[in-house]
Amino acid sequence: MRWVLTLAVAAALPFAMAGCGESPTVTVYKQGQYQGKPDKQPWDSDLFKGDKVAWEKAVKARNLGQNEYVRISGG
Amino acid sequence: MARMKFLCDAERCIECNGCVTACKNENEVPWGVNRRRVVTLNDGVPGEKSISVACMHCSDAPCMAVCPVDCFYKTSEGVVLHDKDLCIGCGYCFYACPFGAPQFPQDGAFGLRGKMDKCTFCAGGPEPDFSAAEFKKYGRNRLAEGKLPACAEMCSTKALLGGDGDVVADIYRNRVLKRGKGSEVWGWGTAYGKPERQPSAQPGGKS
Repeated sequence: MRWVLTLAVAAALPFAMAGCGESPTVTVYKQGQYQGKPDKQPWDSDLFKGDKVAWEKAVKARNLGQNEYVRISGG
Repeated sequence: MARMKFLCDAERCIECNGCVTACKNENEVPWGVNRRRVVTLNDGVPGEKSISVACMHCSDAPCMAVCPVDCFYKTSEGVVLHDKDLCIGCGYCFYACPFGAPQFPQDGAFGLRGKMDKCTFCAGGPEPDFSAAEFKKYGRNRLAEGKLPACAEMCSTKALLGGDGDVVADIYRNRVLKRGKGSEVWGWGTAYGKPERQPSAQPGGKS
């Protein structure tokens, strides 16, 4: 009986451990790296000099510029 | 925080290949490598549909999951990039990608497969922004210039939309409401997750 229990625990162990192997899916930027690869945030370039708000404003203007209903006929 | 996404409107794409040309020109992509291409379904048959395909920068990118050397990374804007210094050109990502985005230059001796190349959402790579090394390996870094990918901005019919997912979806929703058809977005569910289950249609209603 004991060996059956041991076998069952041994068989279940890999499945239990597999849950611990899930990698995080949230992107974290720390110490100038994404998941260990060095890169800068787009607003850290020489053009925006770390001004995130200005960068977001510039990108949003470009984004909205793709809507020709607004761009051409005024909505 | 913006989540950068691509959306291709099959009702509008006229297969002009302007996006392909823009990408090639902007990033000086070598011969044999097509970061973006236009695929036409039922070509030559009335009602044919074309779609512009490239890396969709998936929310849960399969290429990242299968890479044996872990050369991929995702930026806080949701752009999937890779480090060519780590890539070994194994091709696993090509098999995993549902869009066939990873490309491999074969200009070496004996058809040697080089390091993987793919669309960067015009966001460069790990090298310093605007550096010669970054341009040579990954192309231009338009995102750091406050611009969107050249393919989307160049699209003459605005079939290809690129940028913040919420804004792009709003533009498309408005467009579908105005024209009254063509609400299906090719590849959107595959790249960014399945839409939530809709309530069952009312009897007699149109789908």
